[in-house]
Order: sequence, then structure tokens, then C-alpha cells
Amino acid sequence: MTRNPYRTEKIAFFFLFLATLLIVVPVGLIVVIIIQKGLPAINWQFISDMPRNGMRSGGIFPAIAGTVYLVLGAVIFALPIGVLAAIYLSEYARENLLTRIIKLAIVNLAGVPSVVYGLFGLALFVVFFKFGASILSGSLTLGIMILPIIITASREAMESVPQTFREVSLSLGASKWQTIRHIVLPNAIPGIITGTILGIGRAAGETAPILFTVAAFYLPRLPKSIFDQVMALPYHLYVISTQVPNVEEKIRYGTALVLLAMVLITNLAAIVIRYKFRKKKKW
Amino acid sequence: MRKFKEFFLEKLIFICGLASILFVLLIFFFLLKEGLSVFKTVSPLKFIMGRNWYPISEPPQLGIFPLILGSFIVTIGAVVISVPVGVACAVYIAEIAPPKIKEILKAGIELLAAIPSVVLGFIGMVTLVPWVKHIFGLPTGLTALSGSIMLAFMAMPTIVSIAEDALYAIPKSYKEGALALGATHWQSIWRVLLPAASSGILAAVMLGIGRVIGETMAVMMITGNAAVIPHTLLVPVRTLTATIAAEMGEAVVGSQHYFALFAIGIVLFAISFAINVTADLFLHKDK
Repeated sequence: MTRNPYRTEKIAFFFLFLATLLIVVPVGLIVVIIIQKGLPAINWQFISDMPRNGMRSGGIFPAIAGTVYLVLGAVIFALPIGVLAAIYLSEYARENLLTRIIKLAIVNLAGVPSVVYGLFGLALFVVFFKFGASILSGSLTLGIMILPIIITASREAMESVPQTFREVSLSLGASKWQTIRHIVLPNAIPGIITGTILGIGRAAGETAPILFTVAAFYLPRLPKSIFDQVMALPYHLYVISTQVPNVEEKIRYGTALVLLAMVLITNLAAIVIRYKFRKKKKW
Repeated sequence: MRKFKEFFLEKLIFICGLASILFVLLIFFFLLKEGLSVFKTVSPLKFIMGRNWYPISEPPQLGIFPLILGSFIVTIGAVVISVPVGVACAVYIAEIAPPKIKEILKAGIELLAAIPSVVLGFIGMVTLVPWVKHIFGLPTGLTALSGSIMLAFMAMPTIVSIAEDALYAIPKSYKEGALALGATHWQSIWRVLLPAASSGILAAVMLGIGRVIGETMAVMMITGNAAVIPHTLLVPVRTLTATIAAEMGEAVVGSQHYFALFAIGIVLFAISFAINVTADLFLHKDK
């Protein structure tokens, strides 16, 4: 049998296509199943009410609120540090050993397993700093976790600002900081926002880092200070799907849908912003 | 005055630039601080190779060998599934898909990367687990195989996007040269592009493995959490990550159990550190 290269190509391309379907079709199915089975549970009461009857009925409001607090705390902590770190890497750092180590540290920070972040948060914030299991501990843990996302996105945005912009600003007598403040940062804002939103999506969906640092099993009230525990949406989904028996399926799917919607809407926002600003780019 | 302000700002920027190093060191230091205490009572060799994990019996038996094997078997399963499929998908997106389809596929992959692991775990519990139970006629569908399939799925976005970047980064002239010599498109992919992108693809595979080993929630929800030494893929297993997540809530701060869970954290941190450094070397090999 002689091998016909064109037939081989057809067969090969068919398998490549099949592999692609094998990934994309289940993704679509997952989203469709969650929407289809979760939508009947969604109503105003489900979103705005306290859980009742051992989380078997009522709403999921405290879990939604808890996740919002945690994400806000994480961003307040990580955004300034992340942007300043990105400024350092993009504007000040030279090609030397220190820069190489910083970049390696960022890569490693991004690769640390999420449950190890949980351990770290427990050891440093909860036990060592004695913050206890609290919004503060959880937010700081999540903040460190999303730091590499914010740094990487912001740095790329700043580095993509053309060098000539800086040279013009400096030649007009502006100082280095004035150039960064008035030329580099404004042009890098879309990238920074995109990175931050991606970080928000990540922080909202993670469970392992908040397991021992903040998440409450069942706490049907809102927190009074940053030293309170809160419920959180991802942990709540874990609890009602594995720890509490006889929870109605509708409520589980409904919770999954709310969490998925929160995460996907933030991601969608990031994609839209990226797309819009790419079109408006001046260079 | 302005000079002073700028001086101060530049120092602040420099300090924030060092923050990543500081945090990596802090993580490492606190894991060691809490984790090393366990070796006062258990020798490191016994800890790693011990076959029994009964942390709350009296005295506690702290051998993590079954957990290491659990992580290992689930990871192997996930790699066997996700590497061929992921690389094939990357080739399809980079080389074959028309521009519009390409954008849709990339969005789909990004979507998958964004789904929280607890949601995937939940979906795995209600769909995949019953299927596995039914197809193989098992007493429970909470097995290493279910975990492998779910994890393969979760490693896909990492593998696909990094492998696609690697393929994209190859100079167009390579492919044009192959085509000009009369090779078919597939021959140019198989003989020229894939070998040229091999270091990037290897990095993609390594980072995918890193993602799989570190994954916690989905694995905890669908692998059954039995800390026994697995002999096949069709039995419940417990991974290193799931052990920490499941037991830390009950471990008393300062107990042997607590220290042992941190020691498992050291093992995980070391593995992810090694994987990330190696992958980074592969990614920067050509530059």
C-alpha cells in the first residue's frame, strides 16, 4: 500500500478537529446544564434572603455578600502593590540577576497550589498575626494569590506603550515620575483594568485559600467588621453539595449558577474592555 | 519638594517590585516553620514512605505514601488524557481553524479556564461520577479515574494556550520553506512546526501537570478521599491537596496532625517550585 500524503493529511486534520471538539463541547454542555437546571431556582428571594432550615431552603445572600467583601479586600490590597511592582519591572528594572529573580518569583507565585495559599494564610495571618479566621485574613490571602495576575497584565500593558512616547515626554523636561504618571499609566490603564478584573474572577471562584482563613460553614448574618468570619459562595457550594445531606438539587444548581455567572460576567467584562481599547489604540 | 516626593516614590516602587520575592520567601518560611516540627517525632523517610495515614489515632501514624500515590495516579491519568488532546487542539487552533472559528475556540478555552474548580467539581459529582459508576459497574463512581478525567479537563486551558503560543512564535519562514519543498500542510506541521515548538510544548505540558497536582476542590469532591494505596484507577483515592483541605479544619493548631498537614504543604510547594522553574527554563531557552 502506498501512502497518500493527502489522505494522511485529511485523517490527521480530522483527529485534530475531533480533539478540539472533545474540549469545547463539554465546556458548552457544562454551562448549558448549569443554566438550565439552575435558572428555576433563581428569584429575588434566593439572591436576597438568608439561608434557612440548615441551608436547605431560603436564599444565599450572606454567601454572595461575603464573596464581594473578600474580593474587594483582595483588590484593595493587591492592586496598588501590583501596579507599583509592574512600574518597577517595566520602567526601572535593568536586565540583571535581580530582575530575573523577581520574574521567577512571579511565575512561582502564580504556580503555587491554591491550598498551599490557604496553609500560608492560616500560618501567617490567622495564627502568627492573630487576625483569626476573618475577612482580613481571607482577603490578604486572596490578594497575594491574585498579585501575579495583576503584575503580569499591568507590566505587559506598560511595556506595550511605545518608547517614543516616553522620549518625547522626557525631552520636554518632564521628570521620570511625571512621564510615568502622565504618559505611561494613562496609556496602560485598559491593560491594568483587564488584569484586575481577571484577578477578581479568580479570587471570587477560589475555595481552597479561604477554607481555613475566613469561610464560615453557616452564618446567616452580615459581618460587622473585618475581623468577622463570612460565608463565601464557592465554599457554600462545596458545603451544600458534599457536607449537608438532602439539599434540593435545584438549590445546588442555583448556587452554582450564581457563582458561575459572577465569574463569567467579570471575565466577559475584561474581554470587552480589552477589545474596545484595542480598537481605540493610538499607536 | 518635588525631588523629595519622587525620591520617596521611587523607593516605594522598588519595594513593591521586590514584593513577589518577599511573598515567595514568606510562603516558604511559614510552611517550613510549621511543617518541620513534625519531623521531631517522625523521620522524613518514614513520613514520605510510611504506608499508614491515621492522623488522629493514638499515637498518630503519619505516613503520606498513599497520598503521594493518590496524587501520582490521578496526575498520570490526567496527563495521558490531556496532553495529546490539548496539543492536538493547540495545533488545530494555531494552524487549521479559520480566523473566525479560531476566535470562538479561544474564547471557549478561556471560558473553561475561568470556571471555578468547585463548580467543575460539582458538575463532575452529578454527571461524571454516576457515568463512571454505571459504565464500569463499580460500587462507587468516586474514583481516581473520575478525578483524572476532570483534572485533564482543567489542565486543558493551560496546555492549549501555552502550546498555541509556542506554535505561533515560530517564524513563518519555517513553514513556508517546508511548503515550498512540496510538503503537505500536515507534513510541515508534523515534521517542522512541532519539532521547532517542542520546548514550548514541553513547558505547556509541565505547567499543565503543575495545575493538576495543585488542584484541590474538584479532586476532593470526586475522588472519594480514601487514604489507601491504590492499585487501579477504578478505586477511591486521596490526593495530597485534598488531604490538607479536608483535614485542616479539624486539626488542632500546634498538634502533630497540624504540623503534618503543613509538611504536606512543603512537599506540594517543592513540587510546584520545581515544575515552574523547569517550565520557565524551557520557555526562555531560545531567547
